[in-house]
Amino acid sequence: MDPFLEKMTELPPHAQAIGMELLAAGARRCKVRVPYAPHLVGDPDTGILHGGVITATLDNASGWAVRCHEDWADGVSMATLDIRIDYMKAATPKLALIVEAECYQLGRSVAFVRALAHQGDPDKPVATSMGAFMLGTPNVQGRNL
Amino acid sequence: MKILQKLKQENRADDMQALIAQIPYAQFLGMEVERKGNELTTVLPFKDMLIGNPNLPAIHGGVLGAFLELTSVIQLLFLTSCESLPRTVDISIDYLRSGKPQDMYGRAIVTRQGRRVANVRAEIWQDEKAKPIAASHGNYLLTPSDS
Repeated sequence: MDPFLEKMTELPPHAQAIGMELLAAGARRCKVRVPYAPHLVGDPDTGILHGGVITATLDNASGWAVRCHEDWADGVSMATLDIRIDYMKAATPKLALIVEAECYQLGRSVAFVRALAHQGDPDKPVATSMGAFMLGTPNVQGRNL
Repeated sequence: MKILQKLKQENRADDMQALIAQIPYAQFLGMEVERKGNELTTVLPFKDMLIGNPNLPAIHGGVLGAFLELTSVIQLLFLTSCESLPRTVDISIDYLRSGKPQDMYGRAIVTRQGRRVANVRAEIWQDEKAKPIAASHGNYLLTPSDS
């Protein structure tokens, strides 16, 4: 198994809570999947996934894409600075959500990532996002406690 | 959304707590709404599963985004009479401080409401309202009711 994939099997608690899985990682990109689940629904009449699930997945996948950049130094901490999400169409109920993210620029302080959410056909996007990540943010254990 | 019509029939169109009780994802996060007069404050009590960085520990950025979006939509539904949930067209989120493992509060302002689309700003905070941990602005597509 890819060492990165192995490391990433330790998902953040919230990624675990929504059922996120890392499908592939490498060369500035990563691909994740969130299987459809009843507790992720935003509108009970239609069974459509809540936008918040898509936001969380885009954010998480974007962060992982930064770690897949060849210039990313292992152990550097980071935090999302901002993310802008465009919703193209409602997610089809019962289908898993796939997010593909690419870190297309990694500077000394900031990394830039674009991501696409779809449900099997990347030509029919559910949402897209552009995010910026601050690198080298404080990550001292227990700092927030 | 059926619940919106039902609340309207019961003259409880502004009962936002009853509304979010019907949204599975809002229930999963554990979100609540408090109303004082005509002001709404959304509340997200802390739970371990909201964590994104277990080391600090800090709340997941996606949770902050979802909470901002829900806060915006709830405020919109409180002010408008929609038959279905507003659809997010786009949202832009600024992360200002890391989310500590504590409860969060949210407020939203509808900056402009047109016939089809509304622009909403939202902020969330923890200890101090003057020190927001994240802010958003977004556009939401409305489906107004005829009545």
